[in-house]
Amino acid sequence: MKGLIIALLSLSVLFVSCQRTGNQQSSTEDLTKNTPKGQASVVDEESSPNILQLAIQTKDLSTLVAAVQAAEIEHVLVNAGPLTVFAPVNSAFDALPPGTVDELLKPENKKKLAYILTNHAAPGTYKGRLLKDGRKIYMATGEYIEVTRKGDDVYFGGAKILATVDASNGVVHLIDKVLVPEEK
Amino acid sequence: MKSMYKNAVMALVLFAGLTLVSCNQGGSNNGGALKSSAAEKVFVAPGEYDSHYAFISGGFSGQLSVYGLPSGRLFKVIPVFSVDAEKAYGFNEETRDMLKTSHGYIPWGDSHHPDISQTNGVVDGRWVFINENNTPRIARVSLETYETAEIIEIPNSAGNHSSSFVTENTEYVVAGTRFSVPIPQRDISIKDYKGNFKAALSFIKVDPESGNMDLDFQVLMPGFDYDLSHPGRGKSHGWFFFSTYNTEEAHTLLEVNASQNDKDFIAAVNWKKAQEYIKQGKFKTMPAKYVHNVYSDETHSTISTTKKSVRVLDASKLPGLVYLMPTPKSPHGCDVDPSGEYIVGSGKLSASMTVHSFSKMLKAIENKEFDGEAYGIPILKFESTLAGTVEQPGLGPLHTEFDGKGNAYTTFFISSEVVKWKLGTWEVVDRKPTYYSVGHLMIPGGNSRKPFGKYLVAMNKITKDRYLPTGPEVTQSAQLYDISGEKMELLLDFPTVGEPHYAAGAPAEVVKGFSKKFFKLEENKHPYATKSEDDVRVVRDGKNVHVYMTAIRSHFAPDNIEGIKVGDRVYFHVTNLEQDYDVPHGISMIGANTSELLIMPGQTETFVWEPKQVGVWPFYCTDFCSALHQEMQGYVRVSPRNSNVKLSWSLDDE
Repeated sequence: MKGLIIALLSLSVLFVSCQRTGNQQSSTEDLTKNTPKGQASVVDEESSPNILQLAIQTKDLSTLVAAVQAAEIEHVLVNAGPLTVFAPVNSAFDALPPGTVDELLKPENKKKLAYILTNHAAPGTYKGRLLKDGRKIYMATGEYIEVTRKGDDVYFGGAKILATVDASNGVVHLIDKVLVPEEK
Repeated sequence: MKSMYKNAVMALVLFAGLTLVSCNQGGSNNGGALKSSAAEKVFVAPGEYDSHYAFISGGFSGQLSVYGLPSGRLFKVIPVFSVDAEKAYGFNEETRDMLKTSHGYIPWGDSHHPDISQTNGVVDGRWVFINENNTPRIARVSLETYETAEIIEIPNSAGNHSSSFVTENTEYVVAGTRFSVPIPQRDISIKDYKGNFKAALSFIKVDPESGNMDLDFQVLMPGFDYDLSHPGRGKSHGWFFFSTYNTEEAHTLLEVNASQNDKDFIAAVNWKKAQEYIKQGKFKTMPAKYVHNVYSDETHSTISTTKKSVRVLDASKLPGLVYLMPTPKSPHGCDVDPSGEYIVGSGKLSASMTVHSFSKMLKAIENKEFDGEAYGIPILKFESTLAGTVEQPGLGPLHTEFDGKGNAYTTFFISSEVVKWKLGTWEVVDRKPTYYSVGHLMIPGGNSRKPFGKYLVAMNKITKDRYLPTGPEVTQSAQLYDISGEKMELLLDFPTVGEPHYAAGAPAEVVKGFSKKFFKLEENKHPYATKSEDDVRVVRDGKNVHVYMTAIRSHFAPDNIEGIKVGDRVYFHVTNLEQDYDVPHGISMIGANTSELLIMPGQTETFVWEPKQVGVWPFYCTDFCSALHQEMQGYVRVSPRNSNVKLSWSLDDE
């Protein structure tokens, strides 16, 4: 965790310095938000794709990608990681109560959206044997979500893992439900 | 207290004076401070790239440093002839043999004259060749990996100084000995030097595809000292020119005894003729012993072979192979202009510089305008090859490079300056001081048919007061000049690594496209590679234990190992499974002789650990690879020699 904190800290340093050079109205800038593109701006077509690149290439994740872009958290999916992303497919978003997605995509709900999405990402690479029945996985939001196994199927927070794709900075599991955090 | 006060005052005065001087310089040159801003010319904004690469030799450090111009920023230090803890070079099992020689393993050598490979006389950015002086060797550095790809030892050579320059299609990289020695080496009196000591000029063939080197032949020369060399180009392609000194053949107090002759020589070697002689079988195969080390990017390992013989052509016996051009007073630099017509000899003890003409040389050979011979090699008449003389340009001329616009730039060690002069008219047109006592200079492409004449880097031997003091030893300084205008303009001072002897440079576009991002895992042919976590294992072979380990963000597999015993020799063969740019993993094991082994994505590297104490000992990742880098660790249980603990390994207890 110490590492993650350092990484986040260094991101925010980067952010501050970018703002300094780029933004002349620094007196009015909102220091509570953290939306640098970070390594998402690196162009590299040779390396294995990272989680964001994989998600963009995957048709069935287009709603998720749109949500990530709306929440401006692309950098979370391209940094050194390692990261496990449980990626709800489009039908999972469709299954939410009508209007939910449109509501979340509104600018005023950006923070909430970012929280929901971040709740689908876990530091570490969890795949294969590491997804043990009963293992609780610590998510990037600080919440814990449990792995369950039923026969050959693996479930995560009640969502079924449909497929798994390796990424350069971790792994992506396609899941059939959105993991909505409990209201606090 | 009093003296401190005095010092402070003096420093203030000095500082004020310097500020004043620099203000004056900025203003007087251009009639307005805004018009000329050196700072602006060297400023490369954060995130922007430099326009040129500079490869600067590491001198006594044995390494090659990579800089950006015009910023003077240091990007990388590539270990070549010395071990380097930062890159594990010479420490891991894979690269140790790169430093093998016929004299055994040499962990610390020097590095001198880098030269970039050329195609059609233009630098092509594929490889950098660099020589070691002390234990004669030539290395090839890959500009794909920025690692040393190959090292070949040079037999019959001693003080490999007139090296490592390439012909215009990189047909050969050439290595000339500095010292003459008995060839073959034998037990004779030093006093028997004259006539018995010989010199070897080596022509190393370079494979046009792989770059692999092979010593094709050596030209056996009289027992002079050979200082520097450069290839003919354009019209003089097929020839190679070497400066000589100590044509007196003195064997003691050369300071005095090698300065007796009014003139020494520039030796012109016709290597195309040499190829003909080789074809005709007019060579002698001499016994020799030299080591050739090749590093493979597929096996990520070194193959070292010892060669037993070399083909030798005797310049004294083969007509037309070598001619000697008299050149005043111990010439040091021997530089050929972009057209290939002019060969500049810098007599380091001479007041003037001598320029020979290649076309006049050919005519003189045709007309047999000889002035005697040395050991059967014709000496051409001085006047017959002379193109011109640069009169009184400065004190202690050393090296010359060219801007491709008809100008030459020569360094002067004694008078600490760079002097610009015109080819053909030989007139001096500008001079600028260096700080201090400059050795080599480098213009990107300045030693080719196509110089990119925008910048000039002067590499100075003496630094003194140029930087904040750092004890008795201050790092050698380099100075960057803008040479795009009529007058040179000093832009920047920057520190260098070791004592740079020479440098090679090229525009970034020529070089940067070759750079590799990572090694493909499926192409990894390391004998101990582990390409999947399913294949990790630990294998015992007597006292040797081989750990087939993988690393990926953020764990090692396996990370728990038991059944190791005191007195074992444990080989950790670690494969980095990443396939992502700039994500190396490191590994350290408590008590191992190495630290921070650095493994590139797709690569396998090995270190050896010989546990001496019973206990449970941790290992860990040493490169800040990821957010969970600090979690990337494992344990090895070490039991007594007679223990029955079974060999086992696991990850996540499986």
